[in-house]
Amino acid sequence: MLVVTALAVVRTRSLFAVVMLSGVFSLLSALLFVTMDAVDVAFTEAAVGAGISTVLLLGTLALTSRYERTARQSPLVPVAVVLVTGAALFYGTLDMPNFGDPAAPASNHVYPDYIARSVDQIDVPNIVTAILASYRGFDTLGEVAVVFTAGVGVLLLISGLRRRRKGGSKAKQEGPRA
Amino acid sequence: MMHHHLILRVVTKLLVGTIILFALYVQFHGDFSPGGGFQAGVIMAVAFILYGIVFRLEKVQRVLPPWVVHKLMALGVLIYAGTGILSFFLGYNYLDYGAFSPDHPSHGQHWGILAVEFGVGVTVTGVMISIYYAFAARTPLIDDEAW
Amino acid sequence: MLEEFTWEFIVGHMNYWLFIVLMMTGLYVVVARGNLVKKIVGLNIFQVSVFMLYISIGKITGGTAPIFSTNLQGKIKLDPEIVYSNPLPHVLILTAIVVGVATTSLGLALIVRIREEYGTIEEQGILTIERDMVHEEERVHGEAMGGRG
Repeated sequence: MLVVTALAVVRTRSLFAVVMLSGVFSLLSALLFVTMDAVDVAFTEAAVGAGISTVLLLGTLALTSRYERTARQSPLVPVAVVLVTGAALFYGTLDMPNFGDPAAPASNHVYPDYIARSVDQIDVPNIVTAILASYRGFDTLGEVAVVFTAGVGVLLLISGLRRRRKGGSKAKQEGPRA
Repeated sequence: MMHHHLILRVVTKLLVGTIILFALYVQFHGDFSPGGGFQAGVIMAVAFILYGIVFRLEKVQRVLPPWVVHKLMALGVLIYAGTGILSFFLGYNYLDYGAFSPDHPSHGQHWGILAVEFGVGVTVTGVMISIYYAFAARTPLIDDEAW
Repeated sequence: MLEEFTWEFIVGHMNYWLFIVLMMTGLYVVVARGNLVKKIVGLNIFQVSVFMLYISIGKITGGTAPIFSTNLQGKIKLDPEIVYSNPLPHVLILTAIVVGVATTSLGLALIVRIREEYGTIEEQGILTIERDMVHEEERVHGEAMGGRG
């Protein structure tokens, strides 16, 4: 279903439908996260992907345009690029451990340590929260700083000027002012 | 323009309080169940964004003026970093929450995680709402009938 | 080479291949489509498929969500029988999702500005306008230099 939704995004020209499909895509991926035991991630993806980013994309559409123009160049080059990259990635997966393998390297390095120690050291039932806020506190501080910076960037870009455009969709052809 | 969506307006009034309550639950119950600052911030922001979409931007900005939101963005980061600095001054490592309860380190961890998650939540709320304000404050090029 | 491809191997790697297909779909949208909003949506698909790759690495068969069970007093009961999935990818991806939406909105803000300056959000249209601008600049520059341009 995820693949079908993604392919529909490729084919659809109406941007409104594309935005809705991306919301559907987010919800489906949240379901997939739940089946892979990542309830926290699924929660976030459902709230962020289906909620906030759909609203933001719609806001952008209201400020720009609703339809995509047909592309004129041939899709051969992109398809070739995509196929080559995909083949390289496919070759890379041949060395990966099987899905859900308890002996996989990722499940044997720091993970047993976190599970065993967080009971005594943190005493918080949700291990994800314990790692997020305590063991990897620096990491999360950095992420919060990134979110903050992105917010400041958006404000600088589109909320400083109160310039209103009157002429509807009339294009401004002379380019940016110096 | 928006005055004919009666059902939407009534349902929104009912929902906004519930959403905020749910956000607070997710925020402070994040230790025990899925959730935490990031999710709670997003859900809290959704409450205000919903209000802003159904009613008008001016209405929601009367409740939560843009300058407050902009301060919230920075305040969250400050709470987070301040928690670290506080543990610094108590003689521990940066962001070592054992500092808040030296006899019982895991209690200190609880306090520290709570404070840090609160900082995260405040920042995420502030950023999401202010991004929404920034987008919504622009005059749309497409009017409502075109949809 | 071919004897590796047992049934178990194929089923065990099906998840990676699914994510590769999704990732390539996203990449195709980014590369081939001219519309900037659609590029952002493609980027989102790409991003989410990377998230799914990470989460699938953390999954352990028979494992459960990494939340300890507690009794009524809130004390953790540690049951060695229970296998928990790896929480580390969850943490990384959790923060990455929120950061992702923040950066996405930064991209959308850029698109809005581009729309205001150029009047279009199609890559082709923007390139045409840029080319015209360069020509115009060269012409003006040439005139200023005494017609040698």
